[in-house]
Amino acid sequence: MIPSAFEYHRPGDLASALGILSAYGDEARVIAGGHSLIPMMKLRMASVGHLVDLQSVAELRGITVAEREVTIGAMVTQAELISHDGLAKAVPILREAALQIADPQVRYVGTVGGNVANGDPGNDMPGLMQCLDARFTLVGPGGPREVPARAFYHGLYATERAEDEILTRIAIPVHAGGHAYEKQKRKIGDYATAAAAVLLTKSGGKVASASVAMTNLSDVPVWSEAAAAALVGRDCGAEAVADAVAAMLADIDPQADNRGPIAFKKHVAGVILGRAIARAWSRA
Amino acid sequence: MGKKMQISLTVNGEVHYILAEPRELLIHTLRERLGLTGPHIGCETSHCGACTVDMNGRSVKACTVFVAQADGAEITTIEGLGSPDGLHVLQRTFREHHGLQCGYCTPGMITRAHRLLIENPNPTEEEVRFGMAGNLCRCTGYQNIVKAILAAASEMNAKEAAE
Ligand SMILES: Cc1cc2nc3c(=O)[nH]c(=O)nc-3n(C[C@H](O)[C@H](O)[C@H](O)COP(=O)(O)OP(=O)(O)OC[C@H]3O[C@@H](n4cnc5c(N)ncnc54)[C@H](O)[C@@H]3O)c2cc1C
Ligand code: FES
Ligand code: FES
Repeated sequence: MIPSAFEYHRPGDLASALGILSAYGDEARVIAGGHSLIPMMKLRMASVGHLVDLQSVAELRGITVAEREVTIGAMVTQAELISHDGLAKAVPILREAALQIADPQVRYVGTVGGNVANGDPGNDMPGLMQCLDARFTLVGPGGPREVPARAFYHGLYATERAEDEILTRIAIPVHAGGHAYEKQKRKIGDYATAAAAVLLTKSGGKVASASVAMTNLSDVPVWSEAAAAALVGRDCGAEAVADAVAAMLADIDPQADNRGPIAFKKHVAGVILGRAIARAWSRA
Repeated sequence: MGKKMQISLTVNGEVHYILAEPRELLIHTLRERLGLTGPHIGCETSHCGACTVDMNGRSVKACTVFVAQADGAEITTIEGLGSPDGLHVLQRTFREHHGLQCGYCTPGMITRAHRLLIENPNPTEEEVRFGMAGNLCRCTGYQNIVKAILAAASEMNAKEAAE
């Protein structure tokens, strides 16, 4: 369980971090909390020549809360996110989801930026960010650019981020209405067998708008426009939920693994989405 | 072999300067260089919590921290919480409530519980269970671990009220 050797860097600001990435090209890799990267390095599934630790880069910290938008620095930990009351008031689904990630020790060090940048379909934040229509700021040698979460994930560990870019901030619009993050896992601390993020607004007893995203049911997070469309204009009764579940099942592509065969995962995905819709509706 | 680097760690109040490869895991530094064998290696895959130490005020799994990341950090291990002649309240309540059998998970449990009670001095049973979810025990069934932590909390609160 010893990773291969690397050289360690701890830059004090973003410009130096970017400079190290440019200097060493694909030999360099940033480390945030390390709780996805270190296990991969120990298994020698990731090999890194130059490890660039972001812990002292102040520009990547901090949470801002404004009336219509919140922003979260990439190095904000899950524990910091959970304990920030202003953030939990503005976007309550963030805390609800973060409390279902891993265990206390992992949440103290695991960062929001690492969770969304990792590109592992098991991570909970990517689907959530797609549901919320978040935007990621990436900074590279050419300066910053903004990428919608809904356009960030291309495949297993393949994202829109170029190797010489650092994800610096996440911007999330403040949504009205109800929300729910529901996750089925084998035990506490486990990745999802299936998870669903749902946002709903209500008007005249009917769904006015909806957003639905699923986690760990494909090699990328699945933002299901069809599932959301199946709910709009309806009352969230059994029929509407069944239609939304059917639409979602057509969008996911789960694989058989030690969390179960495909049919089981589809079944769990349906149950979890039904629960998330019911809870979001009850809060809308 | 990789290039070594100079690293300083404050462990249980004592400063140590070491020369180590950055890839060395903090748990190995603590156990093999500093002789602090309280924190155990249960799984070495970030799951069991036996290696839990307190680093800069947070409970961390020392098997999932490179020593280079810990450069400049303040670390507390079970050895820094109490001694055989002066047990920490948690060490005493674990003994009194049979919060251990083989004892393998215990240093990690107590080090984690110590941080939990600093953050939440008066937890409910549910909060203890949720806050201890990163520490696995193969022996006790957890019941007596929870009891021991709740007993330590009420003792520490009573002592504070009396002062
Ligand atoms: C026991 C255990 C259980 C877990 N359970 C869950 C779970 O249920 N749900 C879940 O979502 N996660 C889970 N995780 C993963 C955990 O949340 C990780 O911490 C998280 O996936 C990555 O965050 P990190 O800060 O540790 O990133 P790191 O491990 O440091 O980095 C992950 C990847 O992202 C890249 N990266 C990190 N930060 C940036 C940045 N700012 N810019 C560009 N690239 C960057 C790194 O180069 C690396 O490739 C679990 C981990 C463990 C050990
Ligand atoms: S030895 Fe570190 S978590 Fe098990
Ligand atoms: S007492 Fe044996 S593992 Fe907990």
